[in-house]
Amino acid sequence: MRTKRRNRVIFVSSLVASLSVAFIFIVLAMNENVDFYYTPSDLTSSKIINKDSLRIGGLVQEDSIKISKDSLKTNFLVTDLENSIEVYYEGILPNLFKENSGVIARGFYDYSDGIFYAKEILAKHDENYIPKEVKKALVNDS
Amino acid sequence: MRQLFNQLISFPYFFKIAQISFPYLFLLSILVILLGVLWGVFFSPVDVTQGEVYRIIYLHVPAASVAQSIYYTMVIASITYLIWRIKMASVFMISMAPLGAIFTFLALFTGAVWGQPTWGTWWVWDARLTSTLILLILYLAIISLFSSFDRRASTDQAVSIVVLIGGINLPIIKLSVEWWNTLHQSASITLSGSSIDNEMLIPLLISIFGFYLYVTAIGMRKMQVEILKREISHNWVKEIFIEKR
Repeated sequence: MRTKRRNRVIFVSSLVASLSVAFIFIVLAMNENVDFYYTPSDLTSSKIINKDSLRIGGLVQEDSIKISKDSLKTNFLVTDLENSIEVYYEGILPNLFKENSGVIARGFYDYSDGIFYAKEILAKHDENYIPKEVKKALVNDS
Repeated sequence: MRQLFNQLISFPYFFKIAQISFPYLFLLSILVILLGVLWGVFFSPVDVTQGEVYRIIYLHVPAASVAQSIYYTMVIASITYLIWRIKMASVFMISMAPLGAIFTFLALFTGAVWGQPTWGTWWVWDARLTSTLILLILYLAIISLFSSFDRRASTDQAVSIVVLIGGINLPIIKLSVEWWNTLHQSASITLSGSSIDNEMLIPLLISIFGFYLYVTAIGMRKMQVEILKREISHNWVKEIFIEKR
């Protein structure tokens, strides 16, 4: 009885040990390709990412949004606070799209003119939740 | 302590405790959930960036939390079964898996409803969303495995191993938003504090607590049913029901 249980303990611990190794390998493999988007620095750095469709993410740079008056054409800069990239998009923007807030654009990066031609824009919000009234008070104080 | 543990893993004892505590626990869980959700939806302040739509947090976060916690407890149960062959551990796994599946689905569904107006999409294949979908598939696989063997002991053994292997997914769900770029934002509530304003956080915590109470109550009830299925021919079952008459 005792040896049986010992065998089971050995079985479970070896299973857990091999799972931990598997976990490390999975995470290392995922590190290569699991990122949902590239940052502007990834694109402007030396390695050229030549994909027909890729995503870039970052913050919408302050005072960079230019919306055409008579069409849905939009230009803005996406920044990761080190580098920024100009994005061109024609279409409807999500509600949370605004300056200094997160954005993810899917499209094609043209290295020749340095413009990212977006087919889809997603808004990314942060993990902070602040009541409107509190925010107003904070702004008035400062 | 040891005695208490031995009592809890004995079928007749657990059955009686569950029989007595279920109604109170169930009623309490409903009241707490109602308090948390109604407070959150009607009385907590509007979020400055997301507006009213953030209020789905009062369902989404509790559901997602419960969905993952159930799997954590199932991993502990699987190790317990594999080493000590405690039958209560397999009763626990078979009873909790459907609950885990339901709450994972609820988390994915409320997440989609939330993502559409805020992100601009109801689904993307980022690491957090995909690993949560894998959690749902794991639960479904475990549920179907329970009915695919003839011998009780082989079923319990196979399920325990699958539950343990699937446990690899849990740290991936947890850390996906920290390690990789995802559309889903990082955790708001961590050990070092919360980035949710207190007025919004208190009803959220109440709602989370309510969900845990609910899962405990329903889980106990499901375990009772599973125990009856396995022990139907035993004397203690007959005694309980003859007593009732």
